Amino acid sequence: MSISAILFWVLSVAALFSALMVVTSRNPIHSVIWLIVTFFAISGHYILLNAQFLAVVNIIVYAGAIMVLFLFVIMLMNLNKESEPARHRWLQLAGGVSGGALLLVLVAALKDTELKSQQSLMLEGNTGLIKTLGQELFSNYVIPFELSSILFLSAMVGAVLIGKKD
Amino acid sequence: MVIGAVTLWFILEKVILIASIIGLSFFIAMYTTLAERKIAGWMQDRHGPNRAGPFGILQPLADGGKLFFKEEITPVTSNRFLFLLGPALAMIVALVTSTVIPWGAPVVTSTGIISLQVADVDMGILIVFSVVSVGVYGIMIGGWASNNKFSLLAAIRGASQMVSYELPMSLALIAVLFMTGSLKMSEIVSYQMANGWNIIYQPLGFLIFFICALAECNRTPFDLPEAENELNFGYHQEYSSMKLGFYLFAEYINMFVSSAVMATLFLGGYDIPFVNEANWGLAPWLYSLISFSVLMAKVSFLLFVFIWIRWTIPRFRYDQLMNLGWRKLIPLALFNMVLSAAILLWLKS
Repeated sequence: MSISAILFWVLSVAALFSALMVVTSRNPIHSVIWLIVTFFAISGHYILLNAQFLAVVNIIVYAGAIMVLFLFVIMLMNLNKESEPARHRWLQLAGGVSGGALLLVLVAALKDTELKSQQSLMLEGNTGLIKTLGQELFSNYVIPFELSSILFLSAMVGAVLIGKKD
Repeated sequence: MVIGAVTLWFILEKVILIASIIGLSFFIAMYTTLAERKIAGWMQDRHGPNRAGPFGILQPLADGGKLFFKEEITPVTSNRFLFLLGPALAMIVALVTSTVIPWGAPVVTSTGIISLQVADVDMGILIVFSVVSVGVYGIMIGGWASNNKFSLLAAIRGASQMVSYELPMSLALIAVLFMTGSLKMSEIVSYQMANGWNIIYQPLGFLIFFICALAECNRTPFDLPEAENELNFGYHQEYSSMKLGFYLFAEYINMFVSSAVMATLFLGGYDIPFVNEANWGLAPWLYSLISFSVLMAKVSFLLFVFIWIRWTIPRFRYDQLMNLGWRKLIPLALFNMVLSAAILLWLKS
């Protein structure tokens, strides 16, 4: 087994295990920390595919910024009590059914893409490097790129406006 | 033995390099603590520590030994694992950043080139920023797991301060990247060797970056997470023994690494100023040694400025800190970015 195959399996197990721990942890702070571990494992997968920029940005934005805000809210609201109020039986059932439905949809959507996934190159190719990415974004995809930046800007202005109300 | 495309010799070379960089970081951090106290003494017209060894040069060892032998107390109510994870994370994150810094000119030998950089990756400086953005967790997890209101308040202060000052820092960085055109640390250095140091073209960018580095390292005047008169001791209040030592030590390693990053980005890295060292015809190992010493001289100067500021400027109030970050530094950094872009476009056309 080559080094990249070993890394792939280690990262996959880490990602799946930490993702399961996010859902099953009773303490919300532990959930957030397991979610950070999940992001790191996924970033490792990006690096295996040589998508370095995506890997780094995933850590900066998700693990470094968004998760800090999650921790902020949980710490300030003092949601650290291990004992949560017991949920209703039918609520658990509804959760199970909707989660299962989502799984079904995802499996149905992904089962035909098997051919494509085999074509993804490991440890080679420069599609994920910042030069290729920048040239693609500012030539072929410049209109979607600029549109999404306007969307982000308006969301930011909206957030500031809501924050200023009181 | 060959694992994939990697030879055993390559692994050995990198392991030695990593070990020596970690050793160097610890050594410099140790002596920065002494320098801090000596310079404080000098500025306040007193001797500073002078008991352990001649001129007090054994003082850091005495301090470290003291911390090791102190009783270790874990508060009963705290979360044991997270309580341990906090200082460990602070230390790991402080050390990891040094992987992408080129510590000197590569040594050319008969068998190949030995790079004095652990990893010269395409993302270079962005790796530094991703590690910095993860650095918040050491403080936050430690402060929360202490189960102390003062620690929690200090941790939240520290985290919001670090998140706020990352923004102007990255905006100041973008102006540098406009000029160098690469994220690779080695290429940023070689650009500066050919075209002059970035601080000449980006003085405002350097100033913003330096102020943000002060805030990221929780140094005075931005040391609000450990403001003693408001928060007793700050986020590491419940810590004792070497766990406290890790937090205090991580601060000095952070100072060292951020000085090295600033020297690489703005002060030409290992470039020797005013001369063209390529014409000297020195032996490659000697040239690498000299370039490494030059980088260390720049780092030492920046460390001195860090300490100098600590004993000169009083601490900011929290609202002043946030005002400075969001209302002054971010617009200033944006202005710097737009101006640099406009001038570069004008020069190119």
